[in-house]
Amino acid sequence: MELTTKKLPASVGKWGMILTIVGAVMAGAAFAVDTHRAMFGYLWMYMFLISIGVGSLALVALEYLVGANWSTPFRRVSEFLSAIVVLLAVLVIPLLFGMHDLFHWTHADAVASDPILLGKEPYLNTPFFIARTGIMILIWVVFYFLFTRNSRKQDITKDPALTTQNIKYSAAFAILFILTISFAAIDWMMSLEPHWFSTMFGVYYFAGTLVAAISVAAYVSVNLNEGGYFGFKVDYEKYYSFGTLMFAFNVFWTYIAFSQYMLIWYADIPEETFWFMNRMEGTWIYFSLGLIFIHFVIPFLILLPRSAKTNPKLVTFMAMWLLYAHAYDLYWIIMPTYFKDGFVFSWNELGFLILAFGIIALVFNYMAGKFNLVPVGDPKLERGLYFHLN
Amino acid sequence: MINKILNFFKEYNARKDEEPRSGKLYAISALFNTPNEIMNAATEVADKGYRRFDTFTPYPVHRLDQAMGITKPLVGPIAFAGGMLGCFLTLLMIWWMSDADYPNIIGGKPFFSLPPAIPITFEGTVLLTGIATVIGMLVLLNKLPKINNPLNDTEFMKHVSSDKFGIVIGANDKQFSESEIRSLFESMGAHDIQNIYYRESNLTNKTPIFDSKFIATLIAVAGLTALISYFTLNVVLYDVVPFDWMRHQEKINSQSPSDFFQNKSGMRMPVEGTVARGFMPYEYKGMPDSSVKQLANPLPADSKILERGQDRYNVFCSPCHGYFGDGDGRLNEQFPKPPSLHNNKVINWTDGNLYHVLTNGQNVMPSYESQISRDDRWAIVHYIRALQRAKNAKEQDLPK
Ligand code: HEC
Repeated sequence: MELTTKKLPASVGKWGMILTIVGAVMAGAAFAVDTHRAMFGYLWMYMFLISIGVGSLALVALEYLVGANWSTPFRRVSEFLSAIVVLLAVLVIPLLFGMHDLFHWTHADAVASDPILLGKEPYLNTPFFIARTGIMILIWVVFYFLFTRNSRKQDITKDPALTTQNIKYSAAFAILFILTISFAAIDWMMSLEPHWFSTMFGVYYFAGTLVAAISVAAYVSVNLNEGGYFGFKVDYEKYYSFGTLMFAFNVFWTYIAFSQYMLIWYADIPEETFWFMNRMEGTWIYFSLGLIFIHFVIPFLILLPRSAKTNPKLVTFMAMWLLYAHAYDLYWIIMPTYFKDGFVFSWNELGFLILAFGIIALVFNYMAGKFNLVPVGDPKLERGLYFHLN
Repeated sequence: MINKILNFFKEYNARKDEEPRSGKLYAISALFNTPNEIMNAATEVADKGYRRFDTFTPYPVHRLDQAMGITKPLVGPIAFAGGMLGCFLTLLMIWWMSDADYPNIIGGKPFFSLPPAIPITFEGTVLLTGIATVIGMLVLLNKLPKINNPLNDTEFMKHVSSDKFGIVIGANDKQFSESEIRSLFESMGAHDIQNIYYRESNLTNKTPIFDSKFIATLIAVAGLTALISYFTLNVVLYDVVPFDWMRHQEKINSQSPSDFFQNKSGMRMPVEGTVARGFMPYEYKGMPDSSVKQLANPLPADSKILERGQDRYNVFCSPCHGYFGDGDGRLNEQFPKPPSLHNNKVINWTDGNLYHVLTNGQNVMPSYESQISRDDRWAIVHYIRALQRAKNAKEQDLPK
C-alpha cells in the first residue's frame, strides 16, 4: 500500500501563529494590569495544556497497551499533540515564580498560625512541591521521547519488535500516568484551597484529561481525514469509535464528578463542604449549574444516538464542544479561589484560552511538518485501515 | 439412561421434521458459500426493491445490515424510550416512598433531594432500558407470541447455522414473483434454491405460548421455585450466618451489660455538666415550697393546653392519683396511697407550689423533671385546676 500524505493546509500554521500572538499579547497585558489575577489565568491555561499533552500521551500508551487497531492510522495525531509535554517544562517557570500569588500555604506567617496547614507542611512546602513538579514533568518528557522515538524508527525499519518494546513502556506509563496526573491535580489545583481535601480529586482531573485528549484527537483526525490529508480515506465508521470514546469518557467524568459531590453533600462536614459552597454562592451558582449542562446533559443527549457518532460534522462539533467544556471545568475548579465574590470572566482570562489554542495548533503544525502523519511502518496499520466495527 | 433421553429428543425432532407442510408458499430461500456473496446478494436484492427479505449467517457478518438497507434500526428508539421511562418512574418511586408515603428524617437531609436519588435513578434507567430493548426486540421485531417460524426445521436453517450463508425473500413481498426471484438467485450464483411452505400449524392462529398446558407448567415451575427458595432461606438456613436476615448483630440493647466498659454497664451516663437538647434544668430544685409560691403559670388555659394536660396527667399521674385526682389510682396497695388533690391544702396552693411538687417530688412521690417537659408540667397544673373546679362546681360554672 502506498501512502502519500499531503502537507497540512497553510491555514493551520497561520491561525496557530495569529492565536498565539493575540493570546500572548493579551496575556502579557493581563500580567501588566494585575499580576495576581493573571497568575490564576496562567495556571488555568497550564492545566489545560497538561490535559491535552499528557492526556494525548496516555492515549498513545492506551493504544499500545490494549492492542487497538482502529486508532493506529490516527495515532500520530495524539503523538504530535503529546509534544506539548516538552513545552510544559518551559511554561512551568512563570508558575514557580508566581507560587506566592497562587498558593496560600506558601505564606509562612499564615501557616505558622494555622494548625491544619502546619499539619500539612511536611507535604505542602515549597522545595518538595518544586521537586514533585520537576519529577512529574521529567516522567512525561522521558516517556514522550521513548514512545515517539520507537514509533518514528518503525517508519523506516518496519520492525515489529519496536511495537513490543512500546507495549512494555506503556505498561509502566499507565501506572505512572495515573500517579502523576493525580499529583498534578492535587498539587496545582486542590492545594489552591489548602484546607480542603477530596480523595476523588485526582481521578476527577484524570477523567477530564481523557475527555479533552480524545476530543482533540477526534477533532483533528476527522478533519484531516475528511480533507484527505492522510493519503488514505477511512470510512465514516471510524468516527464511531471516536464518538463512542468521547461519549464514554464524558460519562465517566460525570460519574466521578457526581460521586465527589454526592459524598461530600451526604457527609455534610464543614471542612469538606466549603469548597462546593464557594461555588454555589453568588453568581458562581449559575456557573456551577452550567457545568452540569455543558459538560454532561447536552453532550450526553447529542452523542447518544449511533447516527450522531458516525456523522463527521457532529463528531467534530462535539469534540470542540467537549474541549471547551473541559476548559470550563478547569475554570470552575481554579477561579473561585481568586474571584471569591462571584463569577468573573474578562479579556484578562480570555487571552490565556486563546494562547492555549494557539500553542496547540502551532505544536501540531510544527510536528506535522517534520514527521510522517501516519505511522507507515506500524504492523497494525493495515489492520487499522480495514477495521470494521460493524 | 442418557442414550434413552437422547433418543427421545432425536425421535421428537424427527417427528417435527416430518410435520406436513401446507401448499401455501412462505418464502423462497437460497444459499451462498461466502460472506462476500451474501453481501452482494443482500445489496442487489435491496436495490431491486424487495422489502420482505432476510439474511442468515452462521456468525455476525459486519455491515450486512447496511447492505440490506437497514439504516434506522428500531431498537435504538425503543431502548431510549425505555430508559426515559425508567428514569422518570424511579424518580417518582423515590419521591413517593421518601416524601409522600413514609417521610423519615435521615441524616438531617430533606425528605426528597436529588443527589441520593441519582444512583438509584441510574439503576432504574439502565434496568428499564435493558428490559425494553429485549422485550421490544422479541415482541416487535421477532413477533413474540408466534414462536414457530416456517423456516425452523428446514435444510436451509441447518446450513445457515453451520456452514452456509442464506437469504430468503418472503411471499408477502409486494414484488413477489416466483420465477423472477428464482432467476435472480440463479444469476447471483446461489445454489440450493428452495420453496419454503407454511406448516399446517403455522396457518392456524393458535400459538403454543397461550396453550393451557404450557401456562400451567409455567405457573407450577414458578410456584415450586418460590416454595423451595422460601423453605431454604427461611427454614433451613434461617440461623446460618449470611442468611439470617441480620437477626444477630453486634450491638448493646438497653439495660444490658457490656464487657467493653469498666463498670460493665452497657448504658452510659451523660457527660458531667451536660444537658440534653431542649431540656431546661429546674432552678428551684430541692428548695422549700415557700420559695416558689410566686411562680405563675406561663401558659394560657385554652382547650388545646387543657387537652395536652389531660393526656399527660392520664399517662403519668393517674396510676397513683386516679383519673380525677381522688387518690384512687390503679396502683392501689402497691404504693403508698397519695392524698386526694381536692383537699383544701392543695386547692389553696398557688400554681407555683403545685408545679414545684411535681417537678421536685415530695417525700415518696418522685420528681418528674426529666420525664415530662416544662411546658407539659405547666399544662398538667392547668388540668389539675380544672379537675378541682369540676369537683367543687358552683351554680355559675354550669354552661347557660
Ligand atoms: C408513684 C405514684 C405517684 C405518681 C405517679 C404521682 N404521684 Fe403525686 N403523690 C404520690 C404520693 C404517694 C404523694 C404523697 C406524698 C407525701 O407523702 O407527701 C403524692 C403527692 C402529690 C401532691 C401533693 C399532695 C399533697 O396533699 O401534699 C401533688 C400535688 C401531686 N402528688 C401531684 C402529682 C402529679 C401532678 C403527678 C403526675 C405528674 C403525680 N403526682 C404523680 C404518688 C404519686
